[in-house]
Amino acid sequence: MLEKALTGSKGYFAWIFALLVVIGVGFGTYLYQLNEGLGITGLNRDVSWGLYIAQFTFLVGVAASAVMVVLPYYLHDYKEFGKLTLLGEFLAIPACLMCMLFIVVDMGRPDRVVYVFLHPTPNSIMFWDTVVLSGYLGLNLVIGWTTLSAESKGVAPPRWVKPLIYLSIPWAVSIHTVTAFLYQGLPGRGFWMTAIMAPRFLASAFAAGPSFLILMVLLVRRFTRFDPGDVALRKLGQIVTYAMFVSVFFFLMEVFTVFYSAIPEHKHHFWYLFVGGPWWLVGAMWLFVALAVIGLVILVNPRTRNNIPTLAVGAACVFVASWLEKGLGLVIGGFTPNPFGKYTVYTPTLPEVTIAVAIWCIGFLILTVLYKIATGVKQERAIG
Amino acid sequence: MDRGKRNFLKIAGLTGAGAYVGFVGAEAIGNKPGKAKKKLALVIDTRKCKGDCPDCIAACHREHNVPEEHNPNFKGPPVRSSQGIKWIWLSTFGGAFHEQVNEHTGRRKDPLVVLCNHCDNPPCTRVCPTKATWKRESDGIVTIDMHRCIGCRFCMAACPYGSRSFNFHDPRKNLKAVRPGFPTRTIGVVEKCNFCAERLGEGLLPACVEACTKKAMSFGDLKDKDSPASVALRSAYAITRKPALGTGPEVYYIL
Ligand code: SF4
Repeated sequence: MLEKALTGSKGYFAWIFALLVVIGVGFGTYLYQLNEGLGITGLNRDVSWGLYIAQFTFLVGVAASAVMVVLPYYLHDYKEFGKLTLLGEFLAIPACLMCMLFIVVDMGRPDRVVYVFLHPTPNSIMFWDTVVLSGYLGLNLVIGWTTLSAESKGVAPPRWVKPLIYLSIPWAVSIHTVTAFLYQGLPGRGFWMTAIMAPRFLASAFAAGPSFLILMVLLVRRFTRFDPGDVALRKLGQIVTYAMFVSVFFFLMEVFTVFYSAIPEHKHHFWYLFVGGPWWLVGAMWLFVALAVIGLVILVNPRTRNNIPTLAVGAACVFVASWLEKGLGLVIGGFTPNPFGKYTVYTPTLPEVTIAVAIWCIGFLILTVLYKIATGVKQERAIG
Repeated sequence: MDRGKRNFLKIAGLTGAGAYVGFVGAEAIGNKPGKAKKKLALVIDTRKCKGDCPDCIAACHREHNVPEEHNPNFKGPPVRSSQGIKWIWLSTFGGAFHEQVNEHTGRRKDPLVVLCNHCDNPPCTRVCPTKATWKRESDGIVTIDMHRCIGCRFCMAACPYGSRSFNFHDPRKNLKAVRPGFPTRTIGVVEKCNFCAERLGEGLLPACVEACTKKAMSFGDLKDKDSPASVALRSAYAITRKPALGTGPEVYYIL
């Protein structure tokens, strides 16, 4: 099946080449970081995690969101998602890999990464995160690959995949729960000290992931003859709508608790993000609010939700809004002010952004190749 | 926590995520105060220390090869102070004790000396994914194995006192002089105050305590009623930073 990735149009190869160029630049920058240390980033004593760990957190959500297509199809026998499940599972694979890469580039001593397995430490949430994330990657690789190769041979997938698929459902929930536990169990970090951190993570993931899937399906449809169908897309739109409502609702619960209780150590983080921070951060947070509202207005109205072009706009709004909140605000906001009540401004540096963009490009490269193979096989079956 | 229990946790933890929640609890309880044979503590008398001399900081940083932030000998871009290394440093009173500040009581203008609190129940060690940092059973010192640290900085997020530093830059470049008796560090590992474990082994006091000309620091085992720290704590009212978090800091401030 791999050979399907090696043939394609000029545009396909131009896209692959463009991604490789950015990845190359990013790799060079990473070598520079390895040599100089994380001092070349904007990270510091006070904001000791930044862009990298925030991307990791956001992408765990994207990976987990595959469950939103797997669950209706396998547990509720929702046939319309038949063509979508594979795209969902194949989205989880690059998302998991990107998560791992973001962890590795954030490490001060990546050469020692095996110590996590040589000295397993069950009381560290980081250890569990590694375990569940690698497990989830493995599950999706096995499930995606066996179902696709069965399909290419025109036979039913082997029986033993079914239990794995069922296992992948709670497993998806676990990866994002454990990721939330990284944050919510830390004393003295008021912004993260909230029991609804895990539910919040899941809600925003189930909004962001399927909205990304909507956009990907539209691209796939444009460039191939593979089409999961408007019905499936509209159903995804419905899922995004519910998840985004829950996500915004949770966020507002956070705002109420923090401001009604008026505990300074909880309030100050919000103040920094929405009022007192650097212009680009404050701008990003208000953009998050604006996009969340616009996205919801588009999605809640059945006319605009069911009309595919406006659905795409709504999905894009939701995706970007979730990224701003989780891929930017969550980590920076949690670390500012620092334990001394001091505000240290974290500004991602150019090398740091380059490395982050390059990892996203690695993700897109893997996604492109996987989708190329998947749509190739599916198209063949449809014709044959 | 003893080794048997540690191994038990390891095996039990591996059997499933369900069991794990319980064991986090066990770990936290296992770390409860009084588990260590000794309980080393530092008592800082802020009536004597006005934070106006650099003696303790200079002594500590010399002793432990802590790099300078702005080393004139280093030819390269200066290290941003937010990326510097600190083992012991000065904070405003409001910074160290912001829950204690209000408009009406007299403002404390003098800076305070702050450092790692060598907590009884340290969140920083709980989160480490490689057991590179732990609380020593023998004396309660919270220590780091710089050869084990992977530089994930989870401990920095977990410490509610901002006590940990990360080697963002090659620390050796910014050392004016290297003291051969203490290891220098590499890029990418976390470090902090070690209560001068290396000096205690030789029967010496911590460098900061020894260097203090005002005699404002008392160091010793709180399980020993006659240690200087115990005597100092009996003699006056002292507070610790953020006691409500349950970390049990072992650095006390006499006001
Ligand atoms: S002060 Fe911070 S680094 Fe020191 S023991 Fe307590 S939690 Fe750990």
